[in-house]
Amino acid sequence: MTATTTTTSTGLLDARSPGGPIETRWERCKFDLKLVNPANKRKFTVIVVGTGLAGASAAASMAELGYEVEAFCYQDSPRRAHSIAAQGGINAAKNYQNDGDSVYRLFYDTVKGGDFRAREANVYRLAEISTAIIDQCVAQGVPFAREYGGTLANRSFGGAQVSRTFYARGQTGQQLLLGAYQALERQVAAGKVKMFPRTEMLDVVVEDGRARGIVVRDLVTGRVRRHAGHAVVLATGGYGNAFFLSTNAKGCNATAIWRAHRRGAMFANPCYTQIHPTCIPVSGDYQSKLTLMSESLRNDGRIWVPRRKGDTRRPGEIPEAERDYYLEARYPSFGNLVPRDVASRNAKQVCDDGRGVGPGGRGVYLDFADAIARLGRRAIEERYGNLFEMYERITGEDPYSAPMRIYPAVHYTMGGLWVDYHLMSTVPGLFVLGEANFSDHGANRLGASALMQGLADGYFVIPYTIGDYLVDHMGEKLSTDTAAFAAAESEVRQRIERLLGVRGKRTVDAFHRELGHLLWEDCGMARNDAGLRRALERIPALRQEFWEDVNVLGGGDELNQALEKAGRVADFFELGELMCRDALHRSESCGGHFREESQTEEGEAKRDDERFSYVAAWEWAGENRAQVLHQEPLTFEYVHPSQRSYK
Amino acid sequence: MKGVSSLVRTAVGKKALMAVSGLVLFGFVLVHMAGNLKLYQGAEKLNAYGEFLREVGAPVLAHGQALWIFRAVLLLAVGVHLWAAATLTLQSRAARPVGYRVATTVQASYASRTMRWGGVIVLLYVLFHLADLTLGWANPAFQAGKPYENLVASFTNPWVAGLYLVANVTLGFHLFHGLWSLFQSLGWNNPKFNPWRRRFATAFAWIVTLGNVSFPVSVLMGWVQ
Amino acid sequence: MSDHAIHLQLHVWRQSGPRASGRFVTYEARDISPEMSFLEMLDVVNERLTAKGEEPIAFDHDCREGICGTCGFVINGVAHGGQKGSTVCQLHMRHFRDGDELTLEPWRARAFPVVRDLMVDRSAFDRIIQAGGFVSVNTGSAPDGNALLVPKVDADVAMDAAQCIGCGACVAQCPNGAAQLFTAAKISHLAQLPQGQPERYQRAQAMVAQIETEAFGSCTNYGECEAVCPKGISIDFIAMLNRDFLKAAVRVEREARVAGGSG
Repeated sequence: MTATTTTTSTGLLDARSPGGPIETRWERCKFDLKLVNPANKRKFTVIVVGTGLAGASAAASMAELGYEVEAFCYQDSPRRAHSIAAQGGINAAKNYQNDGDSVYRLFYDTVKGGDFRAREANVYRLAEISTAIIDQCVAQGVPFAREYGGTLANRSFGGAQVSRTFYARGQTGQQLLLGAYQALERQVAAGKVKMFPRTEMLDVVVEDGRARGIVVRDLVTGRVRRHAGHAVVLATGGYGNAFFLSTNAKGCNATAIWRAHRRGAMFANPCYTQIHPTCIPVSGDYQSKLTLMSESLRNDGRIWVPRRKGDTRRPGEIPEAERDYYLEARYPSFGNLVPRDVASRNAKQVCDDGRGVGPGGRGVYLDFADAIARLGRRAIEERYGNLFEMYERITGEDPYSAPMRIYPAVHYTMGGLWVDYHLMSTVPGLFVLGEANFSDHGANRLGASALMQGLADGYFVIPYTIGDYLVDHMGEKLSTDTAAFAAAESEVRQRIERLLGVRGKRTVDAFHRELGHLLWEDCGMARNDAGLRRALERIPALRQEFWEDVNVLGGGDELNQALEKAGRVADFFELGELMCRDALHRSESCGGHFREESQTEEGEAKRDDERFSYVAAWEWAGENRAQVLHQEPLTFEYVHPSQRSYK
Repeated sequence: MKGVSSLVRTAVGKKALMAVSGLVLFGFVLVHMAGNLKLYQGAEKLNAYGEFLREVGAPVLAHGQALWIFRAVLLLAVGVHLWAAATLTLQSRAARPVGYRVATTVQASYASRTMRWGGVIVLLYVLFHLADLTLGWANPAFQAGKPYENLVASFTNPWVAGLYLVANVTLGFHLFHGLWSLFQSLGWNNPKFNPWRRRFATAFAWIVTLGNVSFPVSVLMGWVQ
Repeated sequence: MSDHAIHLQLHVWRQSGPRASGRFVTYEARDISPEMSFLEMLDVVNERLTAKGEEPIAFDHDCREGICGTCGFVINGVAHGGQKGSTVCQLHMRHFRDGDELTLEPWRARAFPVVRDLMVDRSAFDRIIQAGGFVSVNTGSAPDGNALLVPKVDADVAMDAAQCIGCGACVAQCPNGAAQLFTAAKISHLAQLPQGQPERYQRAQAMVAQIETEAFGSCTNYGECEAVCPKGISIDFIAMLNRDFLKAAVRVEREARVAGGSG
């Protein structure tokens, strides 16, 4: 089988998506879910991997219900998950501002923003739950921004036409995560959650076709351990770090979901990656990560590049007439506030055109001179002071006196493990929440919707749906002393030994950098057939080289950061290949997936609903064999697919 | 850890006790300094003041009784202050068994960093001071009931005067950080008066120190004989 | 901006495990670009060590944008390296000069045992939160978000305190190894808000008691914590902690007549 042929099947995937009027689907589903008797809940053990917004809120909420929970994170504390870095805010259809928002409008905006590649029922549920999330977080003591009258403040975010975004300065993710973390720690103190920090999940154990536990490595002692549970919940985040350079934390990885994929969980829409337009550009080869600057900067900043190619004058020396405010010119009604994918792609185009600014020519200006002249420096300081400070700290340049330089960077992955309406993967008993699943954002996520989805899944979906699964497994004894556990553990050990045994010449980071560069070039902001085919040849070759020449020093029975990285990068190789395969097969453009072959005359993404109105779910077919494609058809009963236009 | 017992069982509680006992001792040094200003009114006034202290509370209290009550309160305050200081110091030492090779101070004041040794110096000095001017053991020219003469005799010795100077400057630093710190430890905090806490501490530390330092200086300069 | 590469000498604490004894090892960091962050500089040093077959220096880090609180060690006696209001991941090499000699040490505190090299175990902080750093509200039982009005200033002050990233620099820099600023930040955050009132005094007592259990030192109001706090959290919050704790100590607790619910 060559890299480019795909086997396709339809009809295997049952999304368990309820029919009927969309407003009552979740209500009816909840009513139909089987319940676990309160006295019986403590007889079930649920494993939760990952303690970000989705994982921490799920673990806390399930423990509150009475389940015994074991929670795992690779960080030294559950408070550090990368949800913490989300700056902008969280959407909720509260309509506190009386500006015409509603659950239906949030649903509509999300389906449309996702370029009609999400499941309607899921999105509606997300919008419906959004209001309860705000209530819950306020009750936990999350210090949301307030008006002088004491009510919650809102802002419009990411080009939304209504103000539905709740925020806590520029640290909304941090405050929401700390709220969930505190709820989690409360359950740890109550003895309902056993917390395992600095512990990495290295495999899922599937027995009789069901998820029965996990194999983990204690990152401090290197001990490999087995944990059994009646159900396993993965909330391990996205896979943006496959690109090496991204706005993700350094430790973010896809190992949990990838190992689950190899055990039978289908991987959906891996090619849907979101590139955030406002990040600080790369400054050199040593660069280890990219820093995002909140999208809110686009509210007042104007984006431009010089009209002339290779113009090396300083920005202040370039007269107005020789500047190209390309977003304002091309999208008169949305201007600098076009959606993320549009803004990113346009930045790439002008840079490809040789008009990029800064070292390496990969950057565009985000200029506040007009805003400062109009509103005064103080107003700008109040709105963006901390962001400007951060910019200056990193670049050493003062954004008050010269325009910022920004460039798009990988930020979020809409793809992930396929889940049904109950958030269960194709492996019964294996649930997937938050960014780790593929569910609600379609091909493009709207700003301030990631926090909403993570918390919706954790606080308000999984506590209901997991009971429906568990109730059928009442009384099942948990044991880690089974053939499946032994086999999984031995595979984990072998893999560790293999990584330690190579003792080659190149470091893990060197390989990761090369893989990332390759993915960025061929499977980044714009993709084409030739590039993807090239990548599909180069990635396996590089992966082979990795296994022959990687250099991981130290041992397996001690804290070994290089070993941790090596395991993650090995999985990124396989996942990267699948991303390219998915991108190649989807020869339409949609949302964050832009195929150069499929664009309108004006250069906008052009969907092909006839051929691609489905979720692409890939099934692992074994080592060195191309995954099998399954399709979950998407039907739109409420929001009718249309060409997005931001002119 | 509930209730009043938490005051003696936690560091935060001990700090509060330290603050309250410190407040008592601060009241003492202030009154002590103010009383001694009678030095400048001559032997008669100062000695009369000394006698007055023994007569306070009469006729309800007998001669010297009030003074002993004050002394008991002071002794208790000193006891609590020392106990809190000692246990807290030990706790803090134990909290960092391995120190830094390079130790740098970022913003802590000199006064705050010298609290412990400063406290020890002040304590040692107070013992000497008692032996010198209250009990007379260290003062060959000591005459009971004649504080003025005793004081002049003592400060005429430049060594004693020098010791007194050093001790009182140390006390000044101790008072400065102690006073400011007291507000923190007792939770007296409000953005409106926070800036005044430091000003208050500075002013009173200066007043007590200048007052006290003036005595040996005046004796040595011959202004008081 | 300068593009002159600089050359540094690093004295780094190396310790292979929690029970092992450690020592300082000196490394040369050559050709360091001033545009690098401090952690990127260590990445480069580690890449070179690995190439030579020497085990890389272990240090904690994750988000590298100053918010997760994972990174942190002491550079020349100052936690996070001395750039005001920032973690070590946000410290860039342009602040150093060619030929600088830097000593890198882990946070030093009995409550933060060294895990390896520059990494320490800060789980004591989690246990302080477990003692009471939360509002006891189960999922689903919350009233509407606007049901309780919160004066803007209260919300803002709560946010000032809530910004704490739990990095541990306050403990590391405190000459007493005290965890007051961390604990005070959480107590003050919740005490500012109406949602935090029902458990306010019990929370202060429980969290302060946990500080003792974890063997942190005592606060003597040096103010070193505030100076190195990446979020600039003020020691004013420590006064608030003290006040709530003292109030709790002298408050007469009411007790319900009937213990527990029945029926």
